[in-house]
Amino acid sequence: MNESEIRTVVLATLLSIAPEAETDELRSERPLRNQVDLDSMDWLNFLLGLHERLKVDIPEADYRKLVTLDDVVAYLKTKL
Amino acid sequence: MDAASIIRKTVTALRVTPNMADYVVERARFSWDAVSRELGCCSAERVNIAGVAVDRHADGPLRDKVALRFLVRGEPTRDISFHALSAHVSRFANVLKGLGVGKGERVFVLAGRIPELYIAVLGSLKNGTVVTPLFSAFGPEPIATRINLGGGRVLVTTDALYERKIAKWRDKMPTLEHVLLVAEDGGRTSLPGTHNLATLMDAASAACDLTPTGAEDPALLHFTSGTTGTPKGAVHVHGAVTTHYATGRYALDLHADDIYWCTADPGWVTGTSYGIIAPLLHGVTSVIDHEEFDAERWYGILQDEAVTVWYTAPTAIRMLMKAGAEIPKKYKFPQLRFIASVGEPLNPEAVRWGSQVLGLPIHDNWWQTETGGIMIANTPAFDIKPGSMGRPLPGIDAAIVKHNEDGSVTVLDQPDVEGELALKTGWPSMFRGYLNNEERYRKCFSGEWYLSGDLAKRDADGYFWFVGRADDVIKSAGHLIGPFEVESALMEHPAVAEAGVIGKPDPVVGEMVKAFVSLKQGYTDSEELRRELLGHARKKLGAAVAPKEIAVLPTLPRTRSGKIMRRLLKARELGLPEGDTSTLEGGG
Repeated sequence: MNESEIRTVVLATLLSIAPEAETDELRSERPLRNQVDLDSMDWLNFLLGLHERLKVDIPEADYRKLVTLDDVVAYLKTKL
Repeated sequence: MDAASIIRKTVTALRVTPNMADYVVERARFSWDAVSRELGCCSAERVNIAGVAVDRHADGPLRDKVALRFLVRGEPTRDISFHALSAHVSRFANVLKGLGVGKGERVFVLAGRIPELYIAVLGSLKNGTVVTPLFSAFGPEPIATRINLGGGRVLVTTDALYERKIAKWRDKMPTLEHVLLVAEDGGRTSLPGTHNLATLMDAASAACDLTPTGAEDPALLHFTSGTTGTPKGAVHVHGAVTTHYATGRYALDLHADDIYWCTADPGWVTGTSYGIIAPLLHGVTSVIDHEEFDAERWYGILQDEAVTVWYTAPTAIRMLMKAGAEIPKKYKFPQLRFIASVGEPLNPEAVRWGSQVLGLPIHDNWWQTETGGIMIANTPAFDIKPGSMGRPLPGIDAAIVKHNEDGSVTVLDQPDVEGELALKTGWPSMFRGYLNNEERYRKCFSGEWYLSGDLAKRDADGYFWFVGRADDVIKSAGHLIGPFEVESALMEHPAVAEAGVIGKPDPVVGEMVKAFVSLKQGYTDSEELRRELLGHARKKLGAAVAPKEIAVLPTLPRTRSGKIMRRLLKARELGLPEGDTSTLEGGG
């Protein structure tokens, strides 16, 4: 899976939790949660959704590395 | 309860002598007047929360001590001393004066946990202006509803939040005259119709006289949710500071050299009473983390900041438990000596998890927006019965009551009987009204009792146990969410014919918001439509209030009088017996 395909899955997962997110306007180098209202439960569901869609294990210890959209895509890329 | 599960305590085993070592003696000798005198509030005519919390320390022995320590991911720590805080607070009060905003008028603050939030809250108090911190995860609709209910004249927020949640809705907030912005990237803002707060602060003098306020003058307006109707604005007065101080002493056991961390956001009452006011009153250093929950980060803060007293919430504790036992093994917490929790009942497993992982049990306590401060608590020196909220603090009389047909209540003296938890009126931080809603306020009282709306039991040892809510209010992550507010937002969508909203039990957040809707003619259920409804609700309400799940039903159950039966929706969701359905439309 290339980076652009991963990004598509990440955005689809985000939209399943926060359908109101305007993904075209997201700045992928900025913290995602500053741009989309995601409470703690949404954030966990987002990571769980990625796990389910991509069959990637995301251990809790790695959560802190996942701040921006770029972080998430880069992290998943190393795992796929 | 099984005696073996009680967590026994002895005073000698505690690292620091607790502020309350003998419950009976302390309760007997306690008086609110004596506490007020200790704070230097010799007369009810002259009390100001900011005066006691900040100015009192500004030029005394604590002058250069760190009052607030702000942590931001990827940025250096920012410390503000008591003296510096006092200067900032005075500048903000002068900014308000410069805008012609005075005593009794209302300021709203909508921001993440940034220094300006704390400064604006305290500066408003110093100016005698009533202040409301709003949770920054609220969407435009809850924000506008609250600003309009409160008649807010000033809003302090950030440029990003303003553009996302205010600008397009500003014409719906007619009382809002001044918007003061903080630039999130640290620069200056120049959005039309707003002021740049930093510019105004720079131009304002750091000297400012305290506006004279009395114990009964309004200070804080905190919104809470009921089952029906709009949110309620609970009015709190400057005299509440006596409760903030006394409860900081007994329930949080604050000592002068503590490093204290309250994880609550000031948008909720805990984050104001115990995240801003109480630690300042006690002259302790308060750690404030700007970031959202992150298990590893939190353990890191407890260790690196050498936190001694930690006040957090059941949802956070359960999320730490969920994150597993491996992460905390990398950290050490030798300084940590007391942990308290509030928001919803703390399950016994969580109390004991504290002992195993952090080396200390977790002390649950109970209070509400309306009570303004902690009322019932597990305190350091006393045995914990895991699952119990503890015993009433000195100065607080609590009882279990039952309602009589004539509107009066009877105190149930027998132990272990379920009834409504009531408090004897007269403690200083009791709310003094729901803004513009005298009738709803009066309904909270019967004779000398404030009726909490919580069902509880008291055991033979005087410990109280939470049973449930007496109404349909949803408690999610420790915060009350009114189903009506969520239903109203859903009803605004053209596809929705009717909406019923319940709290669905959730192992982490207690209850999560689940909505049931039926559709208008011409609309059919599809995943796409449900997603659209979810987006609609989130956009209007924000992530903290919007439903997490939406289900479409052909029709919603109603009573004969037309009210949607939320209890029945909930019973069905949980697969429980549906109970008495005799008032249901179409018979039972």
